[in-house]
Amino acid sequence: MPPLLDVKNLATYFYTPEGVVKAVDGVSYDLEEGETLGLVGESGCGKSVSALSVMGLIPWPPGRVVSGEILFQGEDLRKYDTQEMRKIRGKEISMVFQEPMTSLNPVLTIGRQLTETMELHLKLSKAAAAARAVEMLQKVGIPDAERRLTQYPHQFSGGMRQRVMIAMALSCDPKLLIADEPTTALDVTIQAQVLEVMQGLCREFGTALIIITHNLGVVARYADRVNVMYAGRIIERSSAREVYGNPHHPYTLGLLHSVPRLDEPRRTKLDPIEGQPPDLATLTGACAFLPRCRYAVEKCAEYPPLVSVGENHVAACWEWPKLGTKAMTKA
Amino acid sequence: MTQQQINGQSTQQDLLVDVRNLKMYFPVRSGAIFQRKIADIKAVDDVSFTIRRGETLGLVGESGCGKTTTGRCILQLYRPTAGNVLFEGQELTRMKTSEVRRFRRNMQLIFQDPYSSLDPRQNCASIVGEPLVIHKMVKSKGEYRDRVAELLSVVGLNPSMGYRFPHEFSGGQRQRIGVARALAVNPRLIVCDEPVSALDVSIQAQVINLLEELQEQFNLTYLFIAHDLSVVRHISDRIAVMYLGHIMEISDRTELYENPLHPYTKALLSAVPIPDPVIEAQRERIILTGDVPSPLRPPSGCVFHTRCPIAIEECKGGVPPLRDMGNGHQVACIRV
Ligand SMILES: Nc1ncnc2c1ncn2[C@@H]1O[C@H](COP(=O)(O)OP(=O)(O)O)[C@@H](O)[C@H]1O
Ligand SMILES: Nc1ncnc2c1ncn2[C@@H]1O[C@H](COP(=O)(O)OP(=O)(O)O)[C@@H](O)[C@H]1O
Ligand code: SF4
Ligand SMILES: [Mg+2]
Ligand SMILES: [Mg+2]
Repeated sequence: MPPLLDVKNLATYFYTPEGVVKAVDGVSYDLEEGETLGLVGESGCGKSVSALSVMGLIPWPPGRVVSGEILFQGEDLRKYDTQEMRKIRGKEISMVFQEPMTSLNPVLTIGRQLTETMELHLKLSKAAAAARAVEMLQKVGIPDAERRLTQYPHQFSGGMRQRVMIAMALSCDPKLLIADEPTTALDVTIQAQVLEVMQGLCREFGTALIIITHNLGVVARYADRVNVMYAGRIIERSSAREVYGNPHHPYTLGLLHSVPRLDEPRRTKLDPIEGQPPDLATLTGACAFLPRCRYAVEKCAEYPPLVSVGENHVAACWEWPKLGTKAMTKA
Repeated sequence: MTQQQINGQSTQQDLLVDVRNLKMYFPVRSGAIFQRKIADIKAVDDVSFTIRRGETLGLVGESGCGKTTTGRCILQLYRPTAGNVLFEGQELTRMKTSEVRRFRRNMQLIFQDPYSSLDPRQNCASIVGEPLVIHKMVKSKGEYRDRVAELLSVVGLNPSMGYRFPHEFSGGQRQRIGVARALAVNPRLIVCDEPVSALDVSIQAQVINLLEELQEQFNLTYLFIAHDLSVVRHISDRIAVMYLGHIMEISDRTELYENPLHPYTKALLSAVPIPDPVIEAQRERIILTGDVPSPLRPPSGCVFHTRCPIAIEECKGGVPPLRDMGNGHQVACIRV
């Protein structure tokens, strides 16, 4: 059986007055049915653009998917027209965004917004859609669901709104849910509630999940496999345990060393990655991490390909044999 | 800390800030013309703590719990509704506004958002140098220039960048500009209000290291406000946990993380995901139910009782006072 989603060599560029922003530049990954995949990296590295590309939501101008294939259940979504994509979105693939207010209509009740999607995609009657709306709100843990359906988005707290978004996203039983920084705007205790609800329901419905975040802890808690992105490309991928326990890219290692950890004795000094991420409009042919890298050698003037560095573990670094478990313990 | 020390009797010398029974209520008004006051937002409600000279006191809690308001009340950017703020024994709450303005060179603020907190029309050098002029701390143009250049290099910026405008800097660099501006007047206290929350992790670590180096170099005292418990634990000597305008627990850093006593502190700690899948798989999680109540209508008694996993009927009664459990570990919970 082919994977549920198979993205091959995806490239999405933005044509701006400052130049061509190569937001996503040759990204490949796949996802099995029911799997939870993490996509991590710092802001501006292309996480959202790669998700919006899959959804067919890149605004032209200035952006465009310039190459690659997006195979969903074996079919290339890039060949779909606007009509066909509309049938996929919300029905087969749903998305939850960081800021729920941008995707909720402020002048429609929550109930209306939930039933609209279901009437459109599931061809449910008004009564059946209403009943399912109540059920969905209950499933995402919103108390007093029947009354809440008659309320407007502003009457919900941030955490409750994100629950509504999850209910809406899962209401048509999609195969894939893409959650783009779903809890970044929420407080930790609310973040924990929302993530538990989201993963619980994805398990219940057998929905595959892509969690996009810059939070290394969130990915560690929820993802089976992890893709690490830097400057528009995936630079490392493996199981969560491998990526965190045995990183083979200097950027992944640098990220892990940057964060203070609650479960470890306090370090006297943090070990940051010096410098800052590159401007995606002025990338050279070299490894994009080169200016910040402690392992760089002459060869790094040429972009390193994503190569196998272990079982089901790939990394894009010429110096990968110098990393791995030893590097972790040394630092 | 002994009870005596909390009262500020035996250790006047090492106390820099002494906050006593601080309250900050914001009136909510209705009606377009008469603006009748209909309620109070109890942003900070009877909070007491001290900050010792040279230490970093961390202030954690979820958004809206009153952290920023507490910081601003110390600096007298808000004039508190009630309570006292003593800075080296001087009472600030009764100072005249003009006096406060002069006094403020002792206490500076670093903001969370490096994007909106810098004036976009001012270049970097004049942002950093402005406080020098306001507080008349330089005598000549030449001295001004030298001091600005010195401040920029102290925070790791090249003095030649002085001519650039805020939009030409990255988030991390802008935060360095904010730090340089705060340092300009040689303050003794800096209130750091979520200084790294808006930054990416690799840049966060750079700024945290910088703040620590500066503290050592210039003998600074920090009130470090944040919602990220891992960051707070890294940088703080002592930590106060706030919830809905109240302090729930104050303790030494190590003690707070190794032996949290308040059920809210425990839940907060357990909610922080740890960047290690092996540890995450084995961790016990306390997931709190419900949302934080509105500070317009805070729950009676212990304000946490509506979400507390161990609440009993008595918790709805009186507000539990902060009690000292030994070694300066204070907790406000009747069930501890
Ligand atoms: N509409 C747009 N126009 C121009 N550039 C864009 C647009 N959207 C995104 N980009 C650029 O694409 C890059 C990747 O952005 P994004 O995918 O949003 O990053 P992330 O989600 O990882 O923070 C960034 O450099 C961003 O500036
Ligand atoms: N200037 C103000 N006027 C009215 N209410 C305010 C004002 N500043 C803060 N508040 C309210 O006071 C409470 C505490 O806010 P704040 O101190 O900013 O919390 P935190 O910094 O912990 O997120 C919130 O409910 C907030 O809405
Ligand atoms: S390829 Fe070179 S510069 Fe790039 S990450 Fe590896 S060692 Fe560093
Ligand atoms: Mg994004
Ligand atoms: Mg605040």
